[in-house]
Amino acid sequence: MLSCKEVTEICSLEMEQPIALGQRLGLGLHLMMCSGCTNYRRQMRVIRRAMLAYADGVAVSTGGEEPKE
Amino acid sequence: MSKADSPSQNDQPPSAVQAISADALIALRADMLKFAQLQLRNRETAEDLVQESIEAALKQSSTFAGRSTLKTWVFAILRNRIIDHVRQAGRTVAVSNLLEEDENWLERQDALFSEKGGWRDSARPQTWPAPEESMQSQQFWRVFEACLDHLPPNTGRVFMMREFLGFDTEEICTQLSITSTNLHVILHRARLKLRGCMEIGWGHPGEATC
Repeated sequence: MLSCKEVTEICSLEMEQPIALGQRLGLGLHLMMCSGCTNYRRQMRVIRRAMLAYADGVAVSTGGEEPKE
Repeated sequence: MSKADSPSQNDQPPSAVQAISADALIALRADMLKFAQLQLRNRETAEDLVQESIEAALKQSSTFAGRSTLKTWVFAILRNRIIDHVRQAGRTVAVSNLLEEDENWLERQDALFSEKGGWRDSARPQTWPAPEESMQSQQFWRVFEACLDHLPPNTGRVFMMREFLGFDTEEICTQLSITSTNLHVILHRARLKLRGCMEIGWGHPGEATC
């Protein structure tokens, strides 16, 4: 049984590359029982989307002030 | 949340195939600068690249077909300039710093996970508001910017090379002379840290039933 800590590592890895079947099964099993990791995995996707949107210039402007040093 | 600063006020109407005014570009300068500075962590370089991008956009304004917003169009120009800069600058991150700069990493891991590797109650990830709504909110993006800015500089730079600039993992590894295992560790730390920060600033406490 994967621990939550291990699951967070797999959740990052799967953003980069296809993960092995064993990992996928372990992940699925863990997620069925763990809302914390389910939320974590969703958050990874929100962050990916936000990063893409921001780099694409479609983020809502946060105002005209110059960034701080 | 205020809509007063929504980007639409700065954008040309989508149908307009017309000369782009310098004013419209200058209105986007602050957002461009924030983006460039988050990636580069260097004010002067960021200002130079933003300036060059604005000038390039003015010169190429006839190629702006109005299919995207003006902001998206100039961000693409800026992003390409940043990519060129990062490639030319070569190894801008001292490799030894990459894994070491995060000296509190182990302590932070202990704060998040029990000895068996389960979430501690105080750290268990909560349900975030729906992303479609979040991404319309200026507050969401304020938190997002602040949290990116709080990443350790080199970790942040590598994470943004991957996510903002779209470098593939092989190129990042080659450029920084690190193994893919190292890279995955760095990206994982960046994501773990970023989401923790976002949760404090943005996520609302929901029901935790792990």
